[in-house]
Amino acid sequence: MSFFSKLSFGFLGVVFFSAIFAPWITPYSYETQDTLNTLATPTFSHLMGTDRLGRDLFSRLIYGARVSLFIGILTTLLALVIGTIYGSISGYIGGRIDGFMMRVVDVIFALPDMLMIILVTVMMGRGVAGMFIALTLVSWVTVARLVRGEVLRIKETTYVEAARALGASSPRILMQEILPNILGLVVVTLTFRIPVAILAESTLSFIGLGVAPPFSSWGTMANEGWKSIKFYPHLILFPSLAIFFTILSFNFLGDRLRDGLDPRNKTRFG
Amino acid sequence: MLIYFFKRLLHGIPVLFVVSTITFVIMRVVPGGPFDQEKKLPPEILVNIQAKYHLDQPVTTQYLLYLKQLVQGDMGPSYKYIGRDVADIILDTFPVSITLGVLAMLVVMGVGIPMGVWSAYRQNSVIDRICMFYATLGISIPSFVLGTVLVWLMSHKLQWLPPALWEGPRHMILPAIALGAPFSGYIARLTRSAVLEVLSSDYIRTARAKGLTESVILFKHTLKNSIFPIISVLGPLTAGLVTGSFVIEFIFSIPGMGSFFITAVTNRDYPLIMGVTLIYAVLIVLANILVDIIYMWLDPRVRV
Repeated sequence: MSFFSKLSFGFLGVVFFSAIFAPWITPYSYETQDTLNTLATPTFSHLMGTDRLGRDLFSRLIYGARVSLFIGILTTLLALVIGTIYGSISGYIGGRIDGFMMRVVDVIFALPDMLMIILVTVMMGRGVAGMFIALTLVSWVTVARLVRGEVLRIKETTYVEAARALGASSPRILMQEILPNILGLVVVTLTFRIPVAILAESTLSFIGLGVAPPFSSWGTMANEGWKSIKFYPHLILFPSLAIFFTILSFNFLGDRLRDGLDPRNKTRFG
Repeated sequence: MLIYFFKRLLHGIPVLFVVSTITFVIMRVVPGGPFDQEKKLPPEILVNIQAKYHLDQPVTTQYLLYLKQLVQGDMGPSYKYIGRDVADIILDTFPVSITLGVLAMLVVMGVGIPMGVWSAYRQNSVIDRICMFYATLGISIPSFVLGTVLVWLMSHKLQWLPPALWEGPRHMILPAIALGAPFSGYIARLTRSAVLEVLSSDYIRTARAKGLTESVILFKHTLKNSIFPIISVLGPLTAGLVTGSFVIEFIFSIPGMGSFFITAVTNRDYPLIMGVTLIYAVLIVLANILVDIIYMWLDPRVRV
């Protein structure tokens, strides 16, 4: 593992750890107001300063990690499960059913996804649930396409043919022969889709259409900070950095993972 | 070629139909309507308003009415901007958004392609690493983070460029960079791998063996053949720029379609939501058709 991979891995580890154990490591609760110290710049008692209401930014950032990661990871997992099942069935059956199933995917793929995410989220009532449904809705099709292509290829290999010749049933071939072989692709897709979901969530929350109070994600915090960027830039700095480094780490690890899992790739740089 | 073009246009119509249907259904299935305000309207007035906009009719009737209007080129009145037609608002805001999009596209290509070519020519050198690091940064930085950093640095700290509004070329620089730069990293990467592949091909070796100068090899042979992967992502790229423009228009208070869409969604201004969604969908469909046509024009092998 290269230095940057270790760094990314370590960073994500810290983010995950603090998200999970948020109540035990945060110095303040995410809603405690220190009314004497509103809009304070970073000090020892408030590591990242406080916001307009005197809430500790550091604590809020850690609690925000919960929402951001939760949405990012869970929607991606769900999209992955739906997409893999859909794509493998479509690819394995082939023929007309495949044609029809892929037509459905094509149409959803053609929808302007940010528009759809915004519509669904706002119409569902701007909560974590709405965001969750909206993101899953637009992202499973990418996975379905990828998986289908891969299944189409694997289905023609000799070992699948051998399994069929031995009398294995279709579900067995799918589960025992094909699925293990697309697992690599699925894992790589996972690392690439999580940052996309986190990005979409934070973007939406930033423009004020995403996660609504009492929940707050990094995007919501950035939105609050944006209003006073001119005089209190630290309010937007920390959530932005958190989003940026999280996405960067995921992308970086995804790259390495893809290179590592691709047998054709011999050149390793970085 | 012309026949192909029209055929593709026809294929786009079902997509638009599905987009409009889904949008319509999403808007109507959820409780609440455009005229639910904190201060409740008297019931008689509400009934009148709803009758005027056909909101008292069944959803299917409403949809058919809308489609009928749409075919005649009428996108209906806006619920929130009283007295303005949706088509009116779109005509005002569309040029702004498209200018922003085109400028951002220039940034994407103007930065991405040269960077990719350069790093491919100096593969594994320091320059290559810097370019690829930039590419990874670009993919990872959300455009709203870049936008806010630019505003803070260039407008508030250095006071070189205006932080908001859309009143001339000086106002366009920051938004175009904020929208385009993240995508340029992706293009740089793509260009790099395409150029690397072409550079290792036999015809480049032949060209070198013939004694052609490096610049002829670069412009006549390498670039011409490595442009295809870039063209093929133009479709998704357009969609990405459209998506990004929402945020950028929000940050820089640009009076484009994105800003209007955001307010329309929060206000449940149904006709305006529909109008803007359809225009964006048309834009993306057209971009995809255009990409295929450029492809055919450039590559004789895929010509029909």
